Amino acid sequence: MPTRPNVASGWSPYVAGALSGLVSLLSVALVGKFFGASTTFVRTAGLIEGLFAPARVARMELFRLEVPLIDWQWMFVVGIFLGSLLSALSDGSYRWQAVPDMWAARFGPAKGPRAAAAFFGGIIAIFGARLAGGCPSGHGLTGVMQLSLSGLVALICFFLGGLVVARLLYGSGRAS
Amino acid sequence: MTILFYGLITGVLFGFLLQKGRVLRYDKQLGALRLQDMTIVKFMLANIMVAMVGVYLLSDLGMVKLSIRSLNLGANIIGGLVFGIGWGLLGYCPGTSLGALGEGRWDALWGIAGMLVGAGLYAEAYPFLKATVLSWGVLGRLTLPQVLGLNHWLVIIAWIIGSLLLFRFFEKKGL
Repeated sequence: MPTRPNVASGWSPYVAGALSGLVSLLSVALVGKFFGASTTFVRTAGLIEGLFAPARVARMELFRLEVPLIDWQWMFVVGIFLGSLLSALSDGSYRWQAVPDMWAARFGPAKGPRAAAAFFGGIIAIFGARLAGGCPSGHGLTGVMQLSLSGLVALICFFLGGLVVARLLYGSGRAS
Repeated sequence: MTILFYGLITGVLFGFLLQKGRVLRYDKQLGALRLQDMTIVKFMLANIMVAMVGVYLLSDLGMVKLSIRSLNLGANIIGGLVFGIGWGLLGYCPGTSLGALGEGRWDALWGIAGMLVGAGLYAEAYPFLKATVLSWGVLGRLTLPQVLGLNHWLVIIAWIIGSLLLFRFFEKKGL
């Protein structure tokens, strides 16, 4: 496995995490907006469907609640892409990669299986997140920082579901 | 327009820090789910600690309004477990998938496409889910200090001590 000395191991996750907590706080204090991401996928799905069947989208109950439009959170999610790009380019850690190292070590370098797992995993993940009422941003960060029980319960269940799948995929072995 | 600009700036800052903390990668997300590498847990708990103290302080001063989501046991538990299953397969979450793409991990594109399809399917299923899972065990906007009957600062202090002990454990075990 290629190791890249000096391509920065990045910042301590404690420091980066604490600074991101400050960003969460400033957003709430100055703009009144709490972090979240999964509703953006619903709005975007509605925007795309609306190109083909606007009347149908207008009738659907969920799209009346979560109206297909570009809002604060939509721009926040786009911003995550740009911020990550900026950071990765600035320290040379940008890496164009189709199959993650850990996946390749277990399942081989073929792109097809990884694409299939990511695609179907994505379908399941967003369905669950919207059913739960949030994702690791909306429940995990925003909910738990306010000590909300919904956030705590959801976050625990996120990890429980993930632990089971990780074990099924990779077994219980400690070697990676 | 201004609010959209704030969203973009906030996202850029958050994405920058997620990438610097190296928490966007599949290997880090699965590393946590395999209990081998707790980088993402450290990042999340550090975020939560700072934000928790700040938000409750500002809330006590009347400067911000908390935004608590209702505890819906059916939805939170079933939806949470379903999300976890998808997360284990995808290896990114909704927000970090965009960040992962930003640092070149383009398998995230498959996940983003899947999430758009999944969101469309959820919209189709919503009337049924509303009548079933979403109506099970709806208990309202509860917080941990409320159900414990304790002042929120006691709970916050306990939370911080718990987080710090966990951090010490992670560092000792090299996780």
